[in-house]
Amino acid sequence: MTVLAERPPAIEAITGVAPGGPDGDRPRPLRRRDLDDNLSLAGAALGSLAFTWLLYYQFLPLSGVVGFVLAWYAAFLAFYAAVTWQSHPWTVVKDRLMGTVVTAGAVVVGGGLVWTIVTTFWNGFDAFTHPNFFTTSMAGVRTNAAFTQGGILHALVGSGIEIGIAVAIALPLGLGTAVYMSEVGGRFAVVVRTVVEAMTALPDLVAGLFIYTTLVVGLRLGRTGLAAALAIAITMLPIIARSAEVVLRVVPGGLREAGSALGASQWQTVWRVVLPTARPGLATALILGIARGIGETAPVLIVSGLSTFTNADPVHNPMASLPLFAYFAVRSPEKAYITRGYAAASVLLAVVLVLFVVVRLLARQRKATSR
Amino acid sequence: MTTIAPPAQRESAAHDVRGAHLDAVDVSAWFGTKKVLERVSLSMDPGVVTALIGPSGCGKSTFLRILNRMHESVPGAQLAGEVRLDGTDIYGPGSRLIDTRKQVGMVFQKPNPFPTMSIADNVAAGLRLTGTKVDRRARAEIVERCLSRAGLWSEVKDRLGDAGGALSGGQQQRLCIARALAVEPSVLLMDEPCSALDPSSTRRIEETIAELRYDVTIIIVTHNMQQAARVSQQCAFFLAEQGQPGGIVESGETDRIFGDPRDRRTADYVNGRFG
Repeated sequence: MTVLAERPPAIEAITGVAPGGPDGDRPRPLRRRDLDDNLSLAGAALGSLAFTWLLYYQFLPLSGVVGFVLAWYAAFLAFYAAVTWQSHPWTVVKDRLMGTVVTAGAVVVGGGLVWTIVTTFWNGFDAFTHPNFFTTSMAGVRTNAAFTQGGILHALVGSGIEIGIAVAIALPLGLGTAVYMSEVGGRFAVVVRTVVEAMTALPDLVAGLFIYTTLVVGLRLGRTGLAAALAIAITMLPIIARSAEVVLRVVPGGLREAGSALGASQWQTVWRVVLPTARPGLATALILGIARGIGETAPVLIVSGLSTFTNADPVHNPMASLPLFAYFAVRSPEKAYITRGYAAASVLLAVVLVLFVVVRLLARQRKATSR
Repeated sequence: MTTIAPPAQRESAAHDVRGAHLDAVDVSAWFGTKKVLERVSLSMDPGVVTALIGPSGCGKSTFLRILNRMHESVPGAQLAGEVRLDGTDIYGPGSRLIDTRKQVGMVFQKPNPFPTMSIADNVAAGLRLTGTKVDRRARAEIVERCLSRAGLWSEVKDRLGDAGGALSGGQQQRLCIARALAVEPSVLLMDEPCSALDPSSTRRIEETIAELRYDVTIIIVTHNMQQAARVSQQCAFFLAEQGQPGGIVESGETDRIFGDPRDRRTADYVNGRFG
């Protein structure tokens, strides 16, 4: 609150009333938007719409929605700037224009995201409203069957098992790599970091091909859920390692010093001080890894392939997963099967959301309690 | 080089003095190729608080960190000379780094309680980190004793389960002192422990130092000359000339260093004419 000190007493003397409260002080409006501002925004929007309409459909031989919207937006910026310029200084004009541009950008990005999610759920709505969608597999169900038959249990189970194995492999390895890069350091850590960064950019298909040539063909393990989990783990590993390293680096050095000054070994300091301090950030690293891994389609396609029955055995026979099922389903000529694909994608989105919440809750800074 | 003040000895003779004798002999230090300390020798006795004073960059913090082998954790750091803890060289072949650090505790400039641990867990952190097994009752006793010695017990005894980071800056620093005391060191190093604190918190820390004096040998680095005069019995003035490594200009009984310095540079510094 801005308080104007040393208000001249003359105002009260002349008007007979205090301008604000009983003590004569009132806060200055610092970020005010009055009716005039709102009307000029609305006016600029309407005026530019009319102008663009005239331009598009009366004067110029133009058509098309995208072009119309872009032209309207450009005209709106010009109108809004001109209107603001009438009653405000140049700094305010710049401020409003930039604000409008940034807001428009946010609306486009946010709108695109919402649109993607809404269309996915909308297109899959008919399928996932039937409870059997979650409790049965597609074994023996024709692709054009009614939604009261069959479901994605096999893909749910497969995704769960594959991501579980992948996390069990990639999390300790990724954390270990991160600890090595940030806590041990040295010349070789630079090499490791370079390799990790290169792996981040690795096309996921290559991870699949690697597992395919070494395990599926090389060791004759066959196309299995385990192979799929390993391929997913390879794609998750660099993401977990890199983001975990960034998080470990922001743990204050004073805490490490405090640990070692107490006579703790480096390992004890890392395990009991550094990692617990970085826990919420490490959860974010895990979430990023899961987000990458659970949506993997290409490597899973190569090393496992789709099955229509529920297979909970990761070491024998192909195992379905949600993205793989969605991929096959939406390419189908059957309209009903496409709907099932969208429904599977919706379930995938929901599963990711649930996983994120679970990881966040697990990693929440425990309220410190004495044991 | 070093003179131990007879009055301090007489005074401490009346008390049951614990703590170790720490003796630095011809200690030099380098960061990479840059020499930062030149042949520093100082004897630090139990029952005596030693203050290291001097302007910034004179090597007093480096010297302090050499005393518990924290200096060597900096990449490129090297040193020469000996540091004898009750006669044994802590850099000798038979000395283990972590044993030395358990013996010689340290309190840092910025309070650094472990943010994920409660107040009680912070105090007991040293035991946990060094793998010392204690049962629940012994642990509670240690927590209470160390918090009392650090002058914090009465303020936190009802909220030992709260996070250590929720305390005020001065309380956090006393928590760090309690944490350092829990592993029962015989020497306690303090690196400008009050420079981030307000005057009343500073006074509490100074009271704590006075109470701990006979239990543990205290060496404190401070920029505040009034503080050095208040808390210490022995004082060493460090100075680094332009481009030269730092060293001790003068050391001795605090009253004499402040009242009757022999070196003109010491007189200028303690009287506030530079630094």
